Amino acid sequence: MPKDSGIGASPKRREDARFLTGTGNYTDDINLNGQAYVHFLRSDMAHGKLNGVDTSIAAEMPGVVRIFTGVDFEGVGGIPCGWQVTDRHGEVMQEPAHPVLAQGKVRHVGEAIAAVVAETPDQARNAAEAIELDIEELPAVVDMKAALAEGSTKVHDDLTSNLCYDWGFVEENKGAVDEAFANAAHVTTLELVNNRLVANPMEPRVAVGDFNRATGDSTLYTTSQNPHVIRLLMGAFVLGIPEHKLRVIAPDVGGGFGSKIFHYAEEAFCTFAAKAVNRPVKWTSSRSEAFVSDAHGRDHVTKIELALDAANNFTALRTDTHANMGAYLSTFAPSVPTWLHGTLMAGNYRTPLIYVNVKAVFTNTVPVDAYRGAGRPEATFQLERVIDKAARELGVDPIALRRQNFITEFPYATPVAVEYDTGDYNATMDKLEEIADLAGFAARRAESEAKGKLRGLGVNCYIEACGIAPSNLVGQLGARAGLYESATVRVNATGGLVVMTGSHSHGQGHETSFPQVIAEMIGIDESMVEIVHGDTANTPMGMGTYGSRSLAVGGSAMVRATEKIIAKTKKIAAHLMEAAEADIELKDGQFSVAGTDKSVAWGDVTLAAYVPHNYPLEEIEPGLEETAFYDPANFTYPAGAYACEVEVDPDTGKVSIERFAAADDFGNIVNPMIVDGQVHGGLGQGIGQALLEAAVYNDDGQLLSASFMDYAMPRADDLPFYQVDHSCQTPCTHNPLGVKGCGEAGAIGSPPAVVNAVVDALQSAGKDVTHVDMPLSPSRVWAAMQG
Amino acid sequence: MYNFEFENPSSIAEAVAALAEEEAQALGGGQTLIPTLKQRLAMPSKLVSLAGIAEMKGVSIADGMLTIGGGATHAEVAAEACPPLAALAGQIGDPAVRNRGTIGGSLANNDPAADYPAAMLALKSTIVTNNREIAGDDYFQGLFETALEEGEIITSVRCEIPEGANYQKFVQPASRFALVGVFVAKYADGVRVGVTGASEEGAFRWDEAEVALNSNFSAAALEGLALDAEGMMADIHGSKAYRAHLVGVLTKRAVSAV
Repeated sequence: MPKDSGIGASPKRREDARFLTGTGNYTDDINLNGQAYVHFLRSDMAHGKLNGVDTSIAAEMPGVVRIFTGVDFEGVGGIPCGWQVTDRHGEVMQEPAHPVLAQGKVRHVGEAIAAVVAETPDQARNAAEAIELDIEELPAVVDMKAALAEGSTKVHDDLTSNLCYDWGFVEENKGAVDEAFANAAHVTTLELVNNRLVANPMEPRVAVGDFNRATGDSTLYTTSQNPHVIRLLMGAFVLGIPEHKLRVIAPDVGGGFGSKIFHYAEEAFCTFAAKAVNRPVKWTSSRSEAFVSDAHGRDHVTKIELALDAANNFTALRTDTHANMGAYLSTFAPSVPTWLHGTLMAGNYRTPLIYVNVKAVFTNTVPVDAYRGAGRPEATFQLERVIDKAARELGVDPIALRRQNFITEFPYATPVAVEYDTGDYNATMDKLEEIADLAGFAARRAESEAKGKLRGLGVNCYIEACGIAPSNLVGQLGARAGLYESATVRVNATGGLVVMTGSHSHGQGHETSFPQVIAEMIGIDESMVEIVHGDTANTPMGMGTYGSRSLAVGGSAMVRATEKIIAKTKKIAAHLMEAAEADIELKDGQFSVAGTDKSVAWGDVTLAAYVPHNYPLEEIEPGLEETAFYDPANFTYPAGAYACEVEVDPDTGKVSIERFAAADDFGNIVNPMIVDGQVHGGLGQGIGQALLEAAVYNDDGQLLSASFMDYAMPRADDLPFYQVDHSCQTPCTHNPLGVKGCGEAGAIGSPPAVVNAVVDALQSAGKDVTHVDMPLSPSRVWAAMQG
Repeated sequence: MYNFEFENPSSIAEAVAALAEEEAQALGGGQTLIPTLKQRLAMPSKLVSLAGIAEMKGVSIADGMLTIGGGATHAEVAAEACPPLAALAGQIGDPAVRNRGTIGGSLANNDPAADYPAAMLALKSTIVTNNREIAGDDYFQGLFETALEEGEIITSVRCEIPEGANYQKFVQPASRFALVGVFVAKYADGVRVGVTGASEEGAFRWDEAEVALNSNFSAAALEGLALDAEGMMADIHGSKAYRAHLVGVLTKRAVSAV
């Protein structure tokens, strides 16, 4: 019998009432008195020497308040990078300056050169068109391997080369890995591309800067997944504003998928300009701007090798990846191909020896950073593809080969420096075989063949690491931030609660699921709990939402704070009932004394806390408000098994996904409906990457897929109905909720399933195809079939 | 967009007069022009809307002839034209596009990936303007190029209704315009094959296929017939060879479906 409230129930999302009726409060809905508008003049050249910016004509145009160029930001800090990677030789990465507005050079199409602040958006745009640029075009560096070649043009003249870092992991294992390959009975090698993506959240980025001359306070309204992080980065590193004079508000945010984690130049600009012109300054990105100014995702080129012994046990794994950083280091870019990627290369398998080499490369392209999954999809894709290829080369069942090599005992310390706390990979694979009806595949293939279509089945596993932690470890790995989360739980006199969380909801449904946890703990109705997030002025310092961390880390902080509340209310209840504190029980919103019929209601106790007439004032303070900061002991490790069935039209190469099944282990589940939705969304993005999406640059550094006319976002009819199951649950052992995180799993686990399925379909027709690079567009699949 | 004057005439004569002004631009349903203006890629001094001209409306069928007003929307064509052309119109864009976009606007724009040109070439069409009639075969003159003179308006389109016809569209995954589209029409005096999306020269008739189909109207007659990939368009969605191949596949499918 499903529950109708608390943990495990699926109440409808309370935030949807405002989102679906047009009453949300997004950043673009914020309009301040006296507001001016900014239009950024962006480079249409990928690489050029900026000899001059002449604003003299533009400055005289109607409505212009002021025009800013790079000169105005000399002496102002650049956009900081939040993670410093140390390479395999012990050297720190090359870290170029990242100006708010271009200085001396432009380095990618879309880089902001000048900013016009004017009375109206049109006037700002008109004046921007009248700015005269003197740019000397330089050869563009686009291909990563060419960028590392001797004599390549440098993206940054003051760096020694276009190599950001050359990372080896685990460097000490390299010799042993090479030896294992020399002794292997079989080696499977695969070269592949993890295609560059544009996040494309439904809401483009927006920033509104405000400055109060009377108080000297700055406020930034912005489309962010982590307003506290923006406040710290922008205040401390760019503009020199201490936190107590800077407020950052990220109100309703319409999707992020990683692209709204980072601190962007436009945010710093609006905050800076608001003070400079002494009036609010607003920027709203157009979709066209978003394509060339939001951080992109993925963009890895990889060679992976898998060594097996004569009994088909994995003996070693070796990978060599080039990872595109783009023209500048976005906030967390260096961590993505390293600590969020190399540490996952063991996957679900007992491979004893692993070596990962990653060369991060600067190119004249938009900066690349975390995008749903961030490093883990890249790891999963190459690993699950090479295993599939190995199974086909060896003539063994791909599922059996995986099962044979599964990790089955936990905790398990991988050779890539992480320890999986729990999991049961055979259980999720068993569940997958059931919900995907793999037994019925042969019959379905025969039906497809009768229609002249090729049917393929792709199966793979994934593991993911959520809630990156603990802070002291990630500090050693190069993070320039902590990775805890915070919550303040405020209980009002009449018993209602407000939770001020450092997590940020931009589609995840925290306003619904977080109250379910508190309702369960206290035994009250969820409607008595309200969630506040997104404003640095009324939430404790927190790190925000990304990496599927909100419930596992933010939820745990909320649990810790609520535990403090419950402990205090038990003291008060004990006083009210003249009983020993140890005898007080809290159930269904009632405090009772064990073994007696004495009880007092939740609301009576909370009222006593604020009207402390009958209250142990000498022992405890009045009021009921507690804060907790939770720093996890480890990552959490969700895992699962996915199956995709495709039909390929042999005449055109068109792939259609006929079935898709996902069996996930997310540990304990708070709201199964929201988890289903997260999985569905993740699958949509993963299938989008596999079949449709690609950010394609030409040799001149022009983005060819710079609008939805050429960048194919998945539409509803590109996607099948899913079979989704998360009944396999091995609770996380080290957080109080036993939860693991579900936000990225679908995007991580689905691309290899799709590609495995297409390769299976093509091989079923006797085609000698072992790999097709994503996206598996009709033309690519057709070309692959032509040999 | 930049500022412009706006006129909303109620007759073809008034529209033609308004378009005589330099830099004036006719506005059909605006499904291409308005996005172009929003991106500031065009700067007309004046837009002359054709949406209020009653004599350019309507779809009718009489005496084996289909007549479509230049101002008829794709949705109206989808609802009222003969079935093969109706099916084509129903695949253009989405409902919002189909309820604004017009056949006259589409043909005047002659986007190389638009659907209508394939049909107009196959359906023995006549493009009727405010001052002349242009045979469909003479109308399309390359990418975004047509036989229209400056200020000339497509007032209606006439097509001879075939014995049978079919349109096969293979969509570009992002835009869902035609990566390639083939319209096959079978008349008593011969078969006509119109192709859109494929050639660098814009929409064209595939003569070799027509010859083969005239002697044997079956997909089998097209076996071994291949278009030269040279001269085909290439972009991130498909190579020249792929487009040439698709023309063959879609033509066979269209013939089988007639």
